[in-house]
Amino acid sequence: MPNMSMKKVPMPSQDPAARIRNFDEVAEGYTLEMAVEEAGRCIGCKNQPCVQGCPVGVRIPEFIACVQKGDIPAAYEIIKSTNALPAVCGRVCPQENQCEKKCTRGIKGEPVAIGRLERFVADYMRETEGEQPEKKPAPIPKNGHKAAVIGAGPAGLTCAGELARKGYDVTVFEAFHTAGGVLMYGIPEFRLPKDVVRHEIKALEDMGVKIMTDMVMGKVLSVDELFEMGYESVFIGSGAGLPNFMGIPGENLVGVFSANEFLTRVNLMKAYRNDYDTPMMGLKRVAVVGGGNVTMDAARCARRFGAEVYIVYRRTEAEMPARLEEIHHAKEEGVEIIPLAQVTEIHGDEAGRVTGITCQRMQLGEPDASGRRRPVPVEGDTLSLDVDAVIMAIGNSPNRLLSDTTEGLATNAKGCIQADEETMETSRPGVFAGGDAVTGAATVILAMGAGKKAAAAMDAYMQKK
Amino acid sequence: MEKRPLNDSMTLMRVEAPFIARKAQAGQFIILRVSEHGERIPLTIADYDREAGWIMIIFQKVGKTTLMLDLLNEGDAILDVVGPLGKASELEGVSRAAVIGGGAGCAIAYPQAKALHGQGARVDMIAGFRNKDIIILEEEMRAASDRLYLMTDDGSNGHKGFVTDALRACIEEGAQYDLVVAIGPLPMMKAVCELTRPYGIRTVISMNSLMIDGTGMCGCCRVTVGGKMKFACIDGPDFDGHQVDFDEAMKRSRIYAEAENKEREEEQAHICHLTGEVRSHA
Repeated sequence: MPNMSMKKVPMPSQDPAARIRNFDEVAEGYTLEMAVEEAGRCIGCKNQPCVQGCPVGVRIPEFIACVQKGDIPAAYEIIKSTNALPAVCGRVCPQENQCEKKCTRGIKGEPVAIGRLERFVADYMRETEGEQPEKKPAPIPKNGHKAAVIGAGPAGLTCAGELARKGYDVTVFEAFHTAGGVLMYGIPEFRLPKDVVRHEIKALEDMGVKIMTDMVMGKVLSVDELFEMGYESVFIGSGAGLPNFMGIPGENLVGVFSANEFLTRVNLMKAYRNDYDTPMMGLKRVAVVGGGNVTMDAARCARRFGAEVYIVYRRTEAEMPARLEEIHHAKEEGVEIIPLAQVTEIHGDEAGRVTGITCQRMQLGEPDASGRRRPVPVEGDTLSLDVDAVIMAIGNSPNRLLSDTTEGLATNAKGCIQADEETMETSRPGVFAGGDAVTGAATVILAMGAGKKAAAAMDAYMQKK
Repeated sequence: MEKRPLNDSMTLMRVEAPFIARKAQAGQFIILRVSEHGERIPLTIADYDREAGWIMIIFQKVGKTTLMLDLLNEGDAILDVVGPLGKASELEGVSRAAVIGGGAGCAIAYPQAKALHGQGARVDMIAGFRNKDIIILEEEMRAASDRLYLMTDDGSNGHKGFVTDALRACIEEGAQYDLVVAIGPLPMMKAVCELTRPYGIRTVISMNSLMIDGTGMCGCCRVTVGGKMKFACIDGPDFDGHQVDFDEAMKRSRIYAEAENKEREEEQAHICHLTGEVRSHA
């Protein structure tokens, strides 16, 4: 008999007043009892609408059925067969727009908490690793082919994992000193603990994936040189690239950061910890510009440095692209959202330090190409705010390091690498691309979906050769 | 591979880095990290040998990372070295150049002089130091130029004056430069640019901005050039000096200066403690 509760089993989470003083994970995760109870809400629809909503096609009803029986190792095997990074996806996927959006239970009441269950399964297996019967994974027979992956973020890691599973000798080249991409430098510890990421990356390495850090591709090695070195196919998952600024006066003042810089200092370089050397200027009042997940991450990090934090967004909260849970958490933590405001100028003192911003008040007009109502200025209505730092979280533009050094690699008008939607093949034979390098800034799971599609196409390409 | 103190505050190292050495060009830089909890800092590639697979770095001990780097010895390994980063200097077609280095900037100016001299250009090298005791790379700079002018602020080497005094004299004597390269403290580079501007001599400077990734991702190194925002790590580090907003760059360069000075005072008191830490990581 299914659990007919209209609501999800609530997620235990750290109290807002306590958590703004630490970087520990906010959502603490289900217990086994909670997971079994929530899994009971799944009615195991025959047509499996949720699976169609998942970019990597996780066999959701099957794994949930295992959770219902309390057989977590079996649930884990089912998830892992299509998703290399379950502990990550369970935390950062926008489930409300994907699997959970399609859930039959969501028609009347809340959908099954698929994301929380996925996370639970991965966490349970990680935490009980020593207690599980030693599983000796059957060694994967090598097929004698070599493939290269550029970028150790969600797209690249997924692609590498899929290829390794098929027996390819895969090497991932990463520019930073640490693998993980946005999972390490971008998404904060309190939303995605770095130990979780490291554990999932280690699982890939155990499968035979080689990761070379400190390798800026396009500079130290070109794509052509990779082919010369015997790699038969190359996947480019180099990420979103250069941070956008607004082109307004005052953006080079001291105290104006790109979200990339701010989050990298905080997350990868651990500026919040005293045992790291990374400097962070004192933050008292901070304006974060934007409305996406990165905006929320930056705002919530700044809050943990003790600052009063304002999110300045040109539309309203309803149009924000961020996950609902992130907006909710940010507000719980005391972040104030100033909607319908567009920053027009950043002011500074004589030493060139930020002292405040001026914003243009906006109102919503006709829908634009994205279907969201376009913000238009309310003439003569401005707003001033005293702040000592401004964080720009308004997206990224493509990095040209690879497209400029790889002959025959076509890019679109924006500079993103062009790739076939189904095979992720680029204009250059044998070169595939996916993730933010192709789409512009998007989500972890979409990048993973692209990495997965590319791996299938690369397999076909190398087998045909 | 090799470690050599150049003066009390500067050290030269030759580092095995075959991949980087194969691609390095004058004007490019690397980013390194010496400890798990340490910063990433950019340093110019002062020289390289493609066959032997090494690059040379020269650094001034100004912050914790450079102090810790200086504790490494021949045979030790640097935790992370990434590069070559940035655009190579555009030196093609230059037949007469003045290359100017200020203090530690000589370590960055020297490879440019060497590259220019190597392509057959006539090179006047002008190097400025506070006093004669901290002069570095004298022999190397002499070998990489047709004439070397060594200036000291206090005149202790017999040539008192700023690099701009020497450059002005050269120009007034009739030197027809197609290129002036100026690398050193921001105020020095600014002064050189102001001097060459009325003569219309192409003047290239090298930004030594704060950086994290060095691949364009963080935007920390942004600088205004000709009214446009540029990233020193991918658009530079070389820029047309007549277009650079030096006043803004000077303000940006001081973002963490206060914290660094405080840190240096604290660190020097505990330097022995550090030695152990560095060795165990290397």
